[in-house]
Amino acid sequence: MATEPSEGGLVFHPMDQFIVSPLFGDGAVSWYTPTNVTLWLAITVGVIALLLVRSTKEARVVPGKAQSIAELAYGFVYKMIVDVTGKDGIKYFPYIMTLFMFIVVANFLGLLPMSFTTTSHIAVTAVLAVAVFVTVTVLGFVLNGVSFLGMFWVQSAPLPLRPILALIEVISYFVRPVSHSIRLAGNMMAGHAVIKVFAGFAAIAAISPLSIVAITAMYGLEILVCFIQAYVFTILTCVYLRDALHPHH
Amino acid sequence: MANTTEAAHGAAGSHGADAAHGAAAGGHGAEAAGMPQLEFGTFPNQIFWLIVALVAIYFILSKVALPRIAGILADRQDAITNDIAAAEELKLKAHEAEAAYDKALADARSEAMRIANETRAAMQAELDEAIAKADADIGERAAESEKAISEIRASAMESVEAVAKDTTGALVAALGGTADEGRINAAVDARLKG
Repeated sequence: MATEPSEGGLVFHPMDQFIVSPLFGDGAVSWYTPTNVTLWLAITVGVIALLLVRSTKEARVVPGKAQSIAELAYGFVYKMIVDVTGKDGIKYFPYIMTLFMFIVVANFLGLLPMSFTTTSHIAVTAVLAVAVFVTVTVLGFVLNGVSFLGMFWVQSAPLPLRPILALIEVISYFVRPVSHSIRLAGNMMAGHAVIKVFAGFAAIAAISPLSIVAITAMYGLEILVCFIQAYVFTILTCVYLRDALHPHH
Repeated sequence: MANTTEAAHGAAGSHGADAAHGAAAGGHGAEAAGMPQLEFGTFPNQIFWLIVALVAIYFILSKVALPRIAGILADRQDAITNDIAAAEELKLKAHEAEAAYDKALADARSEAMRIANETRAAMQAELDEAIAKADADIGERAAESEKAISEIRASAMESVEAVAKDTTGALVAALGGTADEGRINAAVDARLKG
């Protein structure tokens, strides 16, 4: 529908926004090259510091706007951990808070025009998901020893079913990091690409009002998605952590 | 189709992620424009900088932000607890004050009652005395008046006698008799007594 040759001037580059390019010069991207990824990661770190450190500097008992946001974020993640994993999950609060703050801030920064969405890259979300997977697995074995494997042996099921369930459980356990990471990256990428496609249609004068309305609607949806995906990623991390802390549920 | 950048963009745009996925999987190198997410050449770079960023965030949060926010929340909790305790105390005090006020009010009321009763009794006594005195006065006056009246009556009687005698004398004289004073007096006295 989009780029039939007959439509001539219409050109869509919905994926160009995701291209990783060096900040200085045009050279190859090696592992240490400062790229637009580096820039936007740095901005993410800066915004988090501004939000959580700068705003709480005065430590007022009656909070201002920025301090309220910091306290809200703190309370939100804290409550999530206590609700999902119980009191003993609080030890891992800084870790989970790091994940949540990084994802939510990176997602929202990606909504700025001309910005680069770091969380739309599978490389980024895969690192986050694999880190969670490895942490949870190691933690599970360290805290529970071999009995951590009991998680896959469903005691409540009839005995003949147990081996089959165990197989399914093991597969689903190893699929976790894949779904965990692709869910976030996919949501971010799809939304941004769709906005870009609608923006491409704005080149046709007759369609442009519709295109602008569509972009606005998508943008509203994306704001929702940005928060929800950060929330989903964090709460799934909590759920996996609970498995490691209490494998016999 | 997949070899031209233009077409790859079109595929990604028109058929969404799946088409782009296919295009990228279909033999694109790192330079191809199918899906930048799948250009594995940029992975080390992204992963390296991501880890740097995550470590930075982790230290910012665990060393500065989270303890500080926890402190703020604890302080607030303390302040609220203190305020509630203070409010409880003030409430108790208010109850005490109210009780004291009620007691004072009751005391004042009974005192007022007592004073009123005393005053009433004193007034009653004074009144009784005054009435008794007045009664005595009135009695005395009445007795005096009685006496005066009886004196007046006696003198009036005397006057009547004198007038009667004079009249009788004059009548006798007018009828041509000679008035014998002794007889006239006797006759008048006899008539008056009768």
